[in-house]
Amino acid sequence: MNVSYEWLRAFVPFDESAVRLRELITAHTATVDELVALREDLASIVIARVVEEAAHPNSDHLHVTKVDAGTGTLLDVVCGAPNVTAGKLYPFAMTGTVLPGGLKIQKRKIRGAISDGMLCSARELALGEEQDGIMELSVDVAPGTPFLSALPIGDVRLVIDVGANRPDLLSHLGVAREVAAITKKPFALPAIDGLNAVVPPAVTDEKTAKAGSVEVRVEDTDLVRRFMGVVIRGATIGPSPAWLVSRLESIGSRSINNVVDASNYVLHELGQPTHAFDLAKLEGSRVVVRRARAGERITTLDGTERTLRDNMIVIADAVRPQAVAGVMGGRDSEVTEFTTDIFLEVANFNPVRIRDARRALGLSSDASYRYERGVDLEIGPRALERVAQLIVLLAGGAIDGAPIDLAYDRPPATTVTLRPRRVATLLGETLGTDEIASFVASIGFDVDRANDDLRVTVPSWRGDVTSEVDLIEEVARLHGYDSFPVEIRPFRPGTTGDDPQWITSKAVREALVGAGLLEARPMPFVAGGEGFVHLSNPLSENEAYLRREILDSLARRAEYNLARMQGNVRLFEIGSIWIPRDGALPHEELRVAALVMGRRQPPHFTDPKSPDFEAWIAYDQWDAKALAQSTAEAAYPAARVTLRAAESKSESESASEGTLWDVLVDDVVTGSVRRVALDAPVWAATAYGVELSLGVLDSSQVAPPGEPAHRPFERPVPSVSRFVAVPSTPASEFDLALLVPDGVRGEQVEEVVRRVSGKLLERVELFDRYVGQGVEPGHRSLAWRLTFRHAERTLRDREIEARRTDILKALADELNVRQRSN
Amino acid sequence: MNLQDYIAQADALERDGSAALQGAADADALEAARIAFLGDRQGQVKTLQEALRAISKDDKPAAGKRFNEARTRLESLHAERKTSLDRATAPAAAEDRSLPARRQWRGAKHPVTLVIEEIEGIFRELGFTVAQGPQAETEWYNFGALNFPPNHPALDAHDTMYLEGEGLLRTHTSPVQMRTLQKYVPPIRVLIPGLVHRRDPFDASHAPSFEQIEGLCVDEGISFVDLKATLNRFAERLFGASRTRFRPSFFPFTEPSAEMDVQCGVCGGSGCATCKGTGWIEILGAGMVHPKVLEAAGIDSERYSGWAFGMGPARIAVSRYGIPDIRILYDSDVRFLEQIAE
Ligand SMILES: [Zn+2]
Repeated sequence: MNVSYEWLRAFVPFDESAVRLRELITAHTATVDELVALREDLASIVIARVVEEAAHPNSDHLHVTKVDAGTGTLLDVVCGAPNVTAGKLYPFAMTGTVLPGGLKIQKRKIRGAISDGMLCSARELALGEEQDGIMELSVDVAPGTPFLSALPIGDVRLVIDVGANRPDLLSHLGVAREVAAITKKPFALPAIDGLNAVVPPAVTDEKTAKAGSVEVRVEDTDLVRRFMGVVIRGATIGPSPAWLVSRLESIGSRSINNVVDASNYVLHELGQPTHAFDLAKLEGSRVVVRRARAGERITTLDGTERTLRDNMIVIADAVRPQAVAGVMGGRDSEVTEFTTDIFLEVANFNPVRIRDARRALGLSSDASYRYERGVDLEIGPRALERVAQLIVLLAGGAIDGAPIDLAYDRPPATTVTLRPRRVATLLGETLGTDEIASFVASIGFDVDRANDDLRVTVPSWRGDVTSEVDLIEEVARLHGYDSFPVEIRPFRPGTTGDDPQWITSKAVREALVGAGLLEARPMPFVAGGEGFVHLSNPLSENEAYLRREILDSLARRAEYNLARMQGNVRLFEIGSIWIPRDGALPHEELRVAALVMGRRQPPHFTDPKSPDFEAWIAYDQWDAKALAQSTAEAAYPAARVTLRAAESKSESESASEGTLWDVLVDDVVTGSVRRVALDAPVWAATAYGVELSLGVLDSSQVAPPGEPAHRPFERPVPSVSRFVAVPSTPASEFDLALLVPDGVRGEQVEEVVRRVSGKLLERVELFDRYVGQGVEPGHRSLAWRLTFRHAERTLRDREIEARRTDILKALADELNVRQRSN
Repeated sequence: MNLQDYIAQADALERDGSAALQGAADADALEAARIAFLGDRQGQVKTLQEALRAISKDDKPAAGKRFNEARTRLESLHAERKTSLDRATAPAAAEDRSLPARRQWRGAKHPVTLVIEEIEGIFRELGFTVAQGPQAETEWYNFGALNFPPNHPALDAHDTMYLEGEGLLRTHTSPVQMRTLQKYVPPIRVLIPGLVHRRDPFDASHAPSFEQIEGLCVDEGISFVDLKATLNRFAERLFGASRTRFRPSFFPFTEPSAEMDVQCGVCGGSGCATCKGTGWIEILGAGMVHPKVLEAAGIDSERYSGWAFGMGPARIAVSRYGIPDIRILYDSDVRFLEQIAE
């Protein structure tokens, strides 16, 4: 919302500077985002004093002068103005300055005399058409002072961020009301010289009437809450006077012609949109407020032809729509230089209808912006009078017949009880009842005492105020938020603890960061397709779905890095995935995923220089398996985590998905480890991914609206490891180098070893795997080191030897695994 | 001597020699071991070589092969040990310790996580715990329960992405306020970090999905003074001892509503490009919980009151780390993610 400082001053005689006004409005009403100094084109003009003046030796009308522009040295300036006088102050453009007309001042010789700068006339500064020479200034400032800071020439535009709840601030009247309350000054509508009184329209809830000879009809009161109109005949369309042009310019609006400008002026002054139709273009001299017919077309003022829907409102003549009500007028009935007779519409449309039309047409205007938020129902007559007066003043002509005022059923005023003790409770500071009453009264509320409380009647322009707390906000802001103390008061601890998933996320994050991974936070949108949650209004078609897997996002991020020649990628993310469910919100799950590829540690000068090493140093499936294991253990500290090789599933499926292992948490599949397919350059290493569920995010309704479903805060009790005495007896070790047929998995061998060894077995450690020369085809050589220990005594050699024999026998019998002979 | 005995001798020699050579503690011990095993005159290898003569002609090739293996192995062990002992006893100046360490990859939390954790830490000191909720939400939790009037311009700031079929992507973390209020009895003091989504094109200052962190406090007698004091304390802790100011604002779910600014750290309040000349940086929106929000959760709004706030940790991260374009946060370039670690 653009507001002019000078325009506000025409309402309220305040003394505050624009900067101070900005602070006050921001502190009490709404934030002023920006101050725009107008006439910035004059920003480099300074005030200078002519110190000496003499006739130019080679000219009969030029003067040579010495000018003090505050630079420390006197400047030689040639001046042609007859009124240049030594000792006086003038606006001065130094060499290098560009004047509003585009002229750049240069140092040059004029008939042999040097001229370094220019003393300016009002016309040269675009401040008027006077030709009486340079602008003599009667201000008391030092030479060198910026021209704009010494003279009230530059208006200042305040750009105010008005909340959706405060349509009353979308006018100078509304802002001035606040400024008057804040500065404790009176306020009144600015006087405009030469206005004649207009007979106010008679209020009626009728739906049809005649304004002059024009028949006006409202078809449906759901469309419009009040509809006024007046006919003006004999107007002459022409340019607006300078004061009106500059008012409109001050808020960033361009002058069009006297009639349109009158309407615009009142829009910004009072906040009431109005529209002037060229009466000659209205078929049948009729004005009908009705629903659009589906498919009806209209070309709006911006020259676009638009197709209407039947939930839009139009202002039509006897035949066709002439305006999209509350949004934009039609080009056919636009006021032009040929217009003489005018129908002026002053309406209050249903906000929801206007919002629908604005959105459907993608067409926003100053009018629709205000109608959507709600225009004061009582401002209409004043606006009608003001626009009509201005048109008659500026364009001539006369009002034909009486204005009309239709379809208005004045709603009862809202009355709200305001309890001073409630104000104290909610704001934390006790304010006097009189003080509270005066705050509320200062912005136009009627206040009555009712015992200890106040009965407050809400004015028509404050539809946002419907309850006590709304009034408490008024009190708080007018008192000033910054006036409340900053004082930490005692509080009770809450009844909840941390969300368990938050705790899990943290543990997982710490583990992965500790493992050297980098946390990413990519967007969750994917190209998707069948089986994905589809957005009905996506930003783009290739991001129209929600991901089902976090690895999907991480894979795209890995590709992003590869495209930037970054081949060592190690990313993780903790975030949501979604699976569609019929007739319900999607299934949402919190997950962690990690993607690793390239070197598992940075290069070092001691690294062996060999292809074998280069292959060895790259992340491989065993790293991914470890990452899955440690991530799952961090996420589920009390549970048993196992990784099941995926070949035990249907082989074709796991091969195509690249799944290597399923991660089981207490025997439930909770995640997976896999190779990740990437759109990757040839030099890129294989990417491995881990994805693990951290639990479901419950999106079901907690309780019906308006009801609680209280429950105690619950969190699983963390399991605690128990102490086991550290052994003091020596261990016995031996190695088993075994020939394992390809059909037998290592974990099967370990199972047998554990079972046969019994509880004295402390550790089983695979330390070598070998395939190749010396190993029978269809087999691989696997070597384990077994560590045995008795908690209380040293083990005897034959005890160990017996176990070795038993193990080898069991392995040979059950798995056909034999010891490898060297 | 038969072959088997010879090979057993060779094995023993290799084992003993390996142990002596590898176990030599210094140059003298190594030299002693060399003389004992590899010495030209009475070295055991020499002795074993001489024993070859006593092997039958048929067995000689096998025995000779074994002998060579043992000798080669011991010779190479000697060379290896000598090199390593020489290296160890070389003068210190010869070792250049300025060379780089053998490091591991550096892991890092995301910059936004760092900001969230710092905020979390501050509020934890004030008795807050963390609550979480789903991102796919119902219209009621996201808007209706939070006092958004249907068809109102207040919805314009929440350009919503709808899901085909049911629901929407939450546009703020406030639905979790309502879920928490329905679930637990006051006093409630929770902090709600999470991802939210708005249909904003991805550009230098907007991401369609971004983090929000929200706080909610509900109990008997909670007032605007509590709101101001708590948020003021928070700003002091997060931004250093800077001044704050509170401005009127509008959110459907709070009343009175406010926005909090902190004094610009770049210019100290005198106005600069960072603060667009105002001397202030906008940090968060806040307000007293609207009675209708409490009532939507079945809480008696005469008995209980509360305050809430919300802010964008990504915006704080962008200004704290001097990141010129918010997309950098989400692109996941590993060089960027490695850079900002605390
Ligand atoms: Zn600044």
